[in-house]
Amino acid sequence: MALGEVALSPAPVVAAKLRVEHLSTVFTRDGKSTPVLQDISLEVSEGEFVCLVGPSGCGKSTLLNAIGGLLSPTEGTVSIDGEIVRGPDPLRIFVFQERGVFPWLTVEGNIGFGLFKLSRSEREQRVAYYVKMVGLQGFEEAYPSELSGGMKQRLEVARALAVNPDMLYLDEPFGALDSITRHTMRGELLRIWETERKTIVFVTHDIDEAVQLADRVVVLSARPAVIQQIVNIDIAHPRDISSPRYLELRDGILQQIGLAHKI
Amino acid sequence: MTVESCWTANNDGFDLNARAVANGKRKRAGAACKPPRQAEEGKGQRWKILSLLLRLRPIAFIAVLLAAWQIAVNRHAVHILPSPWGVMLGIGDLLRHGLLFKYVVASLFRVTWGFSLAAILAIPLGLIIGWYRRPEMALNPLVQVFRPISPLAWIPLAILWFGVGDAASIFLIFLGSFFPLLLTAINAVRNIPAVYINAGRNFGLGPADLIFRVLYPSVVPQLLIGLRITLGVAWLVVVAAEMIAVDSGLGFLIVDARNAGNRYDLVVAGMVIIGVIGLLLDTGMRSLEKVKSLRWAYSED
Repeated sequence: MALGEVALSPAPVVAAKLRVEHLSTVFTRDGKSTPVLQDISLEVSEGEFVCLVGPSGCGKSTLLNAIGGLLSPTEGTVSIDGEIVRGPDPLRIFVFQERGVFPWLTVEGNIGFGLFKLSRSEREQRVAYYVKMVGLQGFEEAYPSELSGGMKQRLEVARALAVNPDMLYLDEPFGALDSITRHTMRGELLRIWETERKTIVFVTHDIDEAVQLADRVVVLSARPAVIQQIVNIDIAHPRDISSPRYLELRDGILQQIGLAHKI
Repeated sequence: MTVESCWTANNDGFDLNARAVANGKRKRAGAACKPPRQAEEGKGQRWKILSLLLRLRPIAFIAVLLAAWQIAVNRHAVHILPSPWGVMLGIGDLLRHGLLFKYVVASLFRVTWGFSLAAILAIPLGLIIGWYRRPEMALNPLVQVFRPISPLAWIPLAILWFGVGDAASIFLIFLGSFFPLLLTAINAVRNIPAVYINAGRNFGLGPADLIFRVLYPSVVPQLLIGLRITLGVAWLVVVAAEMIAVDSGLGFLIVDARNAGNRYDLVVAGMVIIGVIGLLLDTGMRSLEKVKSLRWAYSED
């Protein structure tokens, strides 16, 4: 099957959880305006795992920030469950690439950070559950400075999951990890996604990562970013990353971005 | 010397790791030479004695200096410096007359007031200025003009406004502490990574919660450093202020001892006491940096 056919095949028809409509963003600095995103329209359905890929600096993170309400778009709208997004919301939690865990709180303190509305016992229960889920037992009292990079990233995922959000927005969450840890973390994220079935929007510049994780990969062009293509990854999990289909999809995206197959 | 430090470095592998990181030199010396391995049992005890000796080293060094000072003074006919023994006697004199305690309390009293007032005003103001860009742009030129004026230049005005007394010196200490603390607070807010603020907003924190649960903990470490440095400045300023604007305190002691009969033993005694108290203040502030939830900000990585 050629890549073109895959790309054109429509996404499974489910009611859209997230709808981005004609979204454009212009940054203005020192009187000069730079268009970053141009007329982006995108739908993500409930429980779907979508990756945004594109060349460095193309505006992937800007798009995610606009989706998450951290940034208001210049034009167009973002709506979730039919309601227009006007700001960040605890139902949709960001996991940041720069290690957004709070260094002044312990592992427990971090995971419980968003649970201030719960009673003490509920909070403790929830914290204990997620400590276990991300495998940080024994480190409850540890501060982030005492954890490895991978553990910090798991901690941040746990803090996000603890508030039981509908959606997770991950902004190159594994970008700063070494390749072995990154590999493990992808596996763990998939495991968590399969048990909790959150809708995930995942920004990465790593095409392999996108093809390993996502249901669909949204390929953005260089700035000002437009959607070049949306690729359905029709491989069941666990994915064989040396299967011909995997390589075909990956190479197709590489070509889209304009990278040669060989280094 | 080299042989000794070599030996210490190797004698205690486990505990020394930490030390070796703190003292790269010793680690290298240790790696270079390999003394015969000590029996396991004698190891711990030997190390204890050795670490005690290491800790006593600065004290031994000071003792040697004091002895040299004493000998040098004894050999000279013309006294341009009191002897250490004379200084000790001077401190004894001050203690006997109840002056030492009185002057130390007077100086600490002024520093406490001037410094606390400055902290109470400068830190919230600085945090607000740092958070909102506009007041910063309006106030910055003013701050930059006032900052380089030594608090000592204000002495005449301070006396004119407050008369000779506590208020004038408290005012001077306040001035000396206010601007450094203001700038520390402004910078502390500026340096908060946006990711913490965004995460706080993301979890649904309102403005008050954002201030107490994100902004405050992220600026505390920097504020503590600023407070420690500024307390040192305040301690410098109080001595100078007391030399002119009041009739008590350690600064006054130094000037008074000279004017009232060239008691240089008391002058040096005053200097020694100022040094020791300054050291204690700094140590006290430093110990705050060891609080567990703050340590993240002071580690290297």
